[in-house]
Amino acid sequence: MKTAVIIFPGSNCDQDVLYAVRNTLGTEVRAVWHGEREIPDGTDLVILPGGFSYGDYLRCGAMAARSPVMQAVIDHGRRGGLLLGICNGFQVLTETRLLPGALLTNRIPAFICRPCLLRVESTATPFTSMYAEGQVVQFPIAHADGRYTLPDDELKALEDRGGVVFRYCDGAGNVTEESNPNGAMNGIAGIVNEGGNILGLMPHPERASEAILGGVDGCAFWRSIFSTLQERRV
Amino acid sequence: MDFRRYGIREEEYLAAREALGREPNECELRILGVMWSEHCSYKSTKHLLKLFPNKGDKVVLGPGENAGIVDLGDGLGAAFKVESHNHPSAVAPYQGAATGVGGIIRDILALGARPVASMDGLFFGAPGHGKTAMLSSGIVRGVGDYGNAVGVPTVGGKTVYDPSYNENPLLNAFNLGLVRLDEIVSSQTAKPGQLVVLLGSKTGRDGIAGAAFASVELSDDAKADRPSIQIGDPFAEKLLIEACLELQAKRLIVSMQDMGAAGITSSSSEVAAKSGVGMVLAFDKVPLRAADMEPWEIALSESQERMLLIVEPRHLEEVMAVAERWELDCAVIGETTEGDGYSILFHGEEVASFPASLVGDGCPPIHWPARKPDNLEKGWELDVETLPLPEDWNETLLSLLSEPSLASKEWIYDQYDSMVQTNTVRGPGHPVSVLRIKGRETLVAMVLDADPWKCALDPFRGGAEAVARTVRALAVAGAEPLGLTDCLNFPSPENPEQYWVMMECIKGMAACCEALQCPVVSGNVSLYNESAAGAILPTPVIGTVGVIPSVGQFLPSGRWHDGDVLFQVGPCIPSLAGSQYLLMREGRNRGRPLEFLPDVEAGFVRRALKTARDGVASSGRAVAGGGLAVAIAREATESGLGAVVSFEIPTRRDVLLFGEGGARALYSVPMAKVPLFKSLWRGFPLLELGRVQGAELEINGVISVPVDTLPSPRRIR
Repeated sequence: MKTAVIIFPGSNCDQDVLYAVRNTLGTEVRAVWHGEREIPDGTDLVILPGGFSYGDYLRCGAMAARSPVMQAVIDHGRRGGLLLGICNGFQVLTETRLLPGALLTNRIPAFICRPCLLRVESTATPFTSMYAEGQVVQFPIAHADGRYTLPDDELKALEDRGGVVFRYCDGAGNVTEESNPNGAMNGIAGIVNEGGNILGLMPHPERASEAILGGVDGCAFWRSIFSTLQERRV
Repeated sequence: MDFRRYGIREEEYLAAREALGREPNECELRILGVMWSEHCSYKSTKHLLKLFPNKGDKVVLGPGENAGIVDLGDGLGAAFKVESHNHPSAVAPYQGAATGVGGIIRDILALGARPVASMDGLFFGAPGHGKTAMLSSGIVRGVGDYGNAVGVPTVGGKTVYDPSYNENPLLNAFNLGLVRLDEIVSSQTAKPGQLVVLLGSKTGRDGIAGAAFASVELSDDAKADRPSIQIGDPFAEKLLIEACLELQAKRLIVSMQDMGAAGITSSSSEVAAKSGVGMVLAFDKVPLRAADMEPWEIALSESQERMLLIVEPRHLEEVMAVAERWELDCAVIGETTEGDGYSILFHGEEVASFPASLVGDGCPPIHWPARKPDNLEKGWELDVETLPLPEDWNETLLSLLSEPSLASKEWIYDQYDSMVQTNTVRGPGHPVSVLRIKGRETLVAMVLDADPWKCALDPFRGGAEAVARTVRALAVAGAEPLGLTDCLNFPSPENPEQYWVMMECIKGMAACCEALQCPVVSGNVSLYNESAAGAILPTPVIGTVGVIPSVGQFLPSGRWHDGDVLFQVGPCIPSLAGSQYLLMREGRNRGRPLEFLPDVEAGFVRRALKTARDGVASSGRAVAGGGLAVAIAREATESGLGAVVSFEIPTRRDVLLFGEGGARALYSVPMAKVPLFKSLWRGFPLLELGRVQGAELEINGVISVPVDTLPSPRRIR
């Protein structure tokens, strides 16, 4: 399994995700500078990491979505390659329209960083196959613009096709007003595209991948990807 | 020559004239006016700072550099420092706080260290005061927005509310970086014939003479000082960090200096003076934001996100290439020369020229007169017996836990990214912040603390207590203290009583550092923290760093187990002086804090470290603000367990439960390990308090509350 992590100017979770993948899976991970025109041959998974690309001085992710490397990333996704956007990376994916909707400023307009509980809504994705349906996992969030929003008809379409992968919930797995940290529609924390190969989520699985940091619920995320790719190879 | 216009005193003018052998010109006077301001020159405190012990086995770099460095073992060092940004935060809270964070990060970066953790000391006015909401929310947002974007986690801090900070809030920013000891970049290694390179943002009119602004009392019309405020760009800082660390890894930098107070002049003259070289700078080569800037404005601009590099000419091309990759401006603005002449050219014409050492070291020190405050002893009067005991002890405990300075600071630290870089083992909201180091066993622990109320009552004892609090917290967690950094926030030194208080605080701190062998490796002084409304409480802020050998030897807090036995260790002689309880009950600060007992403190630290290392306790917490009862309540809520506590009281109940000060800690010990625990603490006062059990907290029959009704940080599971 070969992973490429794209680094935009202002990315700041790039090294975290490189470390988490390497540490959990022991597989090859390469950093790719945003100015490149290509991603390494044979890349299985492209990750757009969290951070403040270009300072997020424009709409979050808008500048990064137009970076030189993005054409290669988009092509990779369109070919069915696995593509993952975490936090700012999710914002970039919506800006490229690879994923529907937009991430608006939190309901309470402030940055918020804390552990969050998520309900795994779908295990039929390459990113979540090793979780149980309805399993409650803990990943931290850290963002000011994470309120997932889209028009009603698109929201219905997304829900109908089972495109919601993670939803904010309470300890019992209930999706409530209180368990929703940012006001996202339907408590949506992460979604997948129709092809099932492009996932975006606001919470950070790379921050929940080691016991010493307080949680290992993210490990199954990386292992799901690994095992999906193994199966595809067989 | 009207030197006073530039904030220069007569003796300073005369010293400058003598050193130059001629009349200084206007540009030179403006430069000296800022460089010899209190903020840059430490002219009122330099001799006092010499009282701090600054040597130790683990000290790699002591005061005088951009930050101190301590040895973490295996060739790795921790560089750290705390710095104030008080005046800017009072006038423009958001930008003032943001650039405070940015500035301290660059101090750490200048040593070649990667900044890995921030903490913040926040001192706000009374919650009900008209300005407090605006100032505190602006400052917190500023700290958060900058740290979050730049990708350095804010892992801890200290927040205090007191009316003395109504008009003059304090923002102290702490940062810690990691550096391999053989890769430390120094500001003392420039040689003649090298290039002076400016890397980072363009130079503009923002923050001109900000250091001078920080060296006088806040005026009523502080808005007029807006031009002295710098504007922060965390995106540029993030690029600057990565670029500098890449340059360092490629060994392309001879020497490096951040541009903080007094901008280019300060950083360049410092490198020249410390390296023993001369320097010629051409200010027309400086990339500018505004084309028509005067040379003195360029000299003193405090535009943010800039670094000064000394580079070998043969490496210039490579340096430029790295800068271009990170999309940063990079310009050669001068060169180093033989001798010690420092001169500034502007379009070929010399506009300023002096010996490099004059700027940094030439300012004549000031010995302000000191006088013990007349009413000091009157403030000590406190006859506990005349205080009525609380009628409702449950209510008293709940109120105390809700006091602004003791209540949960979740609203603050939720706005900070405390986890980026994925090293945070214990983040904000814990008595000690702990970081792991990837690829190593070792953990780094840090604490930021202050106790301004006790410093106000008895500055010597208060100063010692402030240092001791940080060391106790570290020791209980199993962290051997390696060194500390301090930010000395005081009002004007020109008032003899205030000067005396500062001096005594420093002496008290020094005595504690000495007793606990915890040297001061870096620090900062912020004076003139007063306004027409009054002076701030004397507020030395201490940031102490320690090392835990491995995660197995880290003793967390809030980890009671059902059936554990609870102990208080330490002398049972607490005092209500300067306690949160007394402040809450009376609304005024009085009493005499406990005497500092060096041997007791040292004995406490030794035993606490062994307790953590030998794994004989399940949870531990040093007793601090709010006293023993608050410590018990915090442990209970974090553990989600109750306790039945009942013990013989050698003193009044409220004094023991809510009194503060002295080397004390609360431990929760598994039954099987009680004998071991007792033998570890032999020769030290030890009080068995009770047992962990149930969901109710019961203390001596007076307090009885369900644990889940106590105010506590959010629990999500």
